[in-house]
Amino acid sequence: MILRYLFILLILLPIKAFAVIEVDITRGNLNPLPVAVSPLSTDKKSKNIFKEILKKDNIGAEISAIVENNLKQSGLFNPLNKDAFLQKPDIANLKPRFEDWNLIKAQALITGKVTFVDEKLRVEFRLWDVLAGKEMMALAFTTVPSNWRRVGHIITDKVYQRLTGEKGYFDTRIIYVAEEGPKTKRIKKLAIMDQDGFNNKFLTLGNELVLTPRFSPTNQMVTYLSYFRNLPRVYLLDIETGLQEVVGDFPGMTFAPRFSPNGKKIIMSFAKDGNSDIYTMDLENRIVERITNHPSIDTSPSYSPDGKYITFNSDRSKYQQIYVMKSNGKDVKRISFGSGLYGTPVWSPRGDLIAFTKLHKGKFYIGVMRTDGSGERLLTENFYQEAPSWSPNGRVLIFYRETKTNSKGEGFSAKLWSIDLTGYNEKMVDTKTDASDPSWSSLLSN
Amino acid sequence: MNRNIAISFGLHTLLVIITAMSLPFLAKKPIDLPPIVSVELIQITDKTNIPFAPKAKKIIEKVKKEEKKLVSEQAPPKAVKKQKPDAIPLPDKKIEKIKKIKDEKQNPKKVETEVKQISEFEKKDLFDTNNIAALIDKSKVESAETNKKLDKITQDQDKSIDFGGLSLSEEDALKAQIFGCWSIPLGLPYNENLLVRIRLQLKPDGSIIKTEIIDHARMNKPGQGFYKVLAESALRAIKLCQPLRVPSKGYERWKELQLNFDAREMLEG
Repeated sequence: MILRYLFILLILLPIKAFAVIEVDITRGNLNPLPVAVSPLSTDKKSKNIFKEILKKDNIGAEISAIVENNLKQSGLFNPLNKDAFLQKPDIANLKPRFEDWNLIKAQALITGKVTFVDEKLRVEFRLWDVLAGKEMMALAFTTVPSNWRRVGHIITDKVYQRLTGEKGYFDTRIIYVAEEGPKTKRIKKLAIMDQDGFNNKFLTLGNELVLTPRFSPTNQMVTYLSYFRNLPRVYLLDIETGLQEVVGDFPGMTFAPRFSPNGKKIIMSFAKDGNSDIYTMDLENRIVERITNHPSIDTSPSYSPDGKYITFNSDRSKYQQIYVMKSNGKDVKRISFGSGLYGTPVWSPRGDLIAFTKLHKGKFYIGVMRTDGSGERLLTENFYQEAPSWSPNGRVLIFYRETKTNSKGEGFSAKLWSIDLTGYNEKMVDTKTDASDPSWSSLLSN
Repeated sequence: MNRNIAISFGLHTLLVIITAMSLPFLAKKPIDLPPIVSVELIQITDKTNIPFAPKAKKIIEKVKKEEKKLVSEQAPPKAVKKQKPDAIPLPDKKIEKIKKIKDEKQNPKKVETEVKQISEFEKKDLFDTNNIAALIDKSKVESAETNKKLDKITQDQDKSIDFGGLSLSEEDALKAQIFGCWSIPLGLPYNENLLVRIRLQLKPDGSIIKTEIIDHARMNKPGQGFYKVLAESALRAIKLCQPLRVPSKGYERWKELQLNFDAREMLEG
């Protein structure tokens, strides 16, 4: 028996003895990746034309500034100071001297050029791996010159995807409710802007109260709630064409209409006979279907990205908590069990998490949990904040936050804030007016 | 009838002998270094090495005289048996376990075997183990040195004993260096199996001759974007870090290294 052991050891152990040494690397730094965004080069002729058309002295530098700002805002990249760049943009675009870029600690480099071709703006850009000394990506876009900001966003999306592995969220818009006036007499208008706060536009005049605009996950349609003669009315608005239509008048309290993942239905809650339940409406045939039927208050429904499940909040267990059920209303399961009240659950477009607002001991939190309720993480805490909405890649949340008023009722403001899943990269999104109820669009270009 | 029984008995006996003795050799190519057996068994030794180092010299002398007996001596004691299971997984286990085992061992007999093995093992790591006698001679020389500086020598032994791997401090130095260079792509999902294994060929000064991603095919498969991103970030980290902080000695040991990059722990937060 012992001999056998020895023989086995004889065979097995030497294999181990000659194995290559393995070292497990399980930690790294979370510092943003240092990236150099070289201004896009422009030939003189194109430069003059763009100066005339767009009133921009150096369109190449403007576009690269958009890329740089986007990368910085993401929190994942650290765009290096241009003053330190040793190589001129036009030469860098042809063949970067990697030693020069290495010297300033850049790990990635973006170069490119802008030209005016056939009445259009043409951008070529390249992404370089400085350490490996090789090109990672090269793309060219052609568009009308007025779209120059979008070109910057699209370049960022491509770079982001190449370096992080997930789709970007920069060529997107945010729709929100712009608020003006004292708290007791607020004027609320529907407004839209690019994700970086530029190109802000109002979509309604402010005559009627508007609430909870939501983008379709598939296109540039928006559904929102507005009061017409004091009755809630659900609207559909096509951002591309500006066409608007009434989906229907609904009785009593109606809340938070939201699209299904394929954009063909909307789901919402409204009170019928004094009982608030969840309903869907097919946008083609306008048939309304009741999904929940419970004496408690069920609101804030949100579909999973595959359309098979719905998350919502309900007080059926005495206190408001988050539930998940099949899309036909069956198999209702409570998933939030922490102390406090949970509301406004929103399923991540990536499918792995549900974002929510939590009220606990007088403070509001924005958090995320897995779809089975495990792994609850509170990302941010404040006096009052709610209504999280996911970026299309499921990495960033945008929500609104109100500040406290003083004893005279002064000092109140509501602003949009964004935070990523790490909980560290929290930033205010600049809007000219006060703002609430943001909703993030899908990518404009796929 | 009797004849048949005799033949049958003879053949069966032959079968039993073949099974017991030679099958293991048939199964694998003989790794024809009998000394290695004792070396491998040693692993346990690594742990107990320090406390019993002073007695090592005597034992080694004995070993010299009784080279052939070594293996059989180690095998029989019950105590050794207990150690074996511990010993095998040792290379992967960490300091805590090693310490425990050190505490447990207070049996001088155990020490003997352990110490002998250590010395052999050490040689094996640093030199080719073709000649046991040569190894034992060297260990003897080293043990003589231990007389003067016991503590230091036991530490040295500890390093080499680690199955040809890096000592904990060597490994820690290398890890710490790469931790600083590796910018983890924070956009990666935390719930996917993204383990990037990179094989390195190193120069004696720690600079890199060649890097090779072991699952290279996965890099260009559709739907493996995250893997590709992680692999590229790992390659950047290696390039940024070179020359790597490798031990100043024992190039043969680490001229090939495998780094396993796993970001899950960090991504989960």
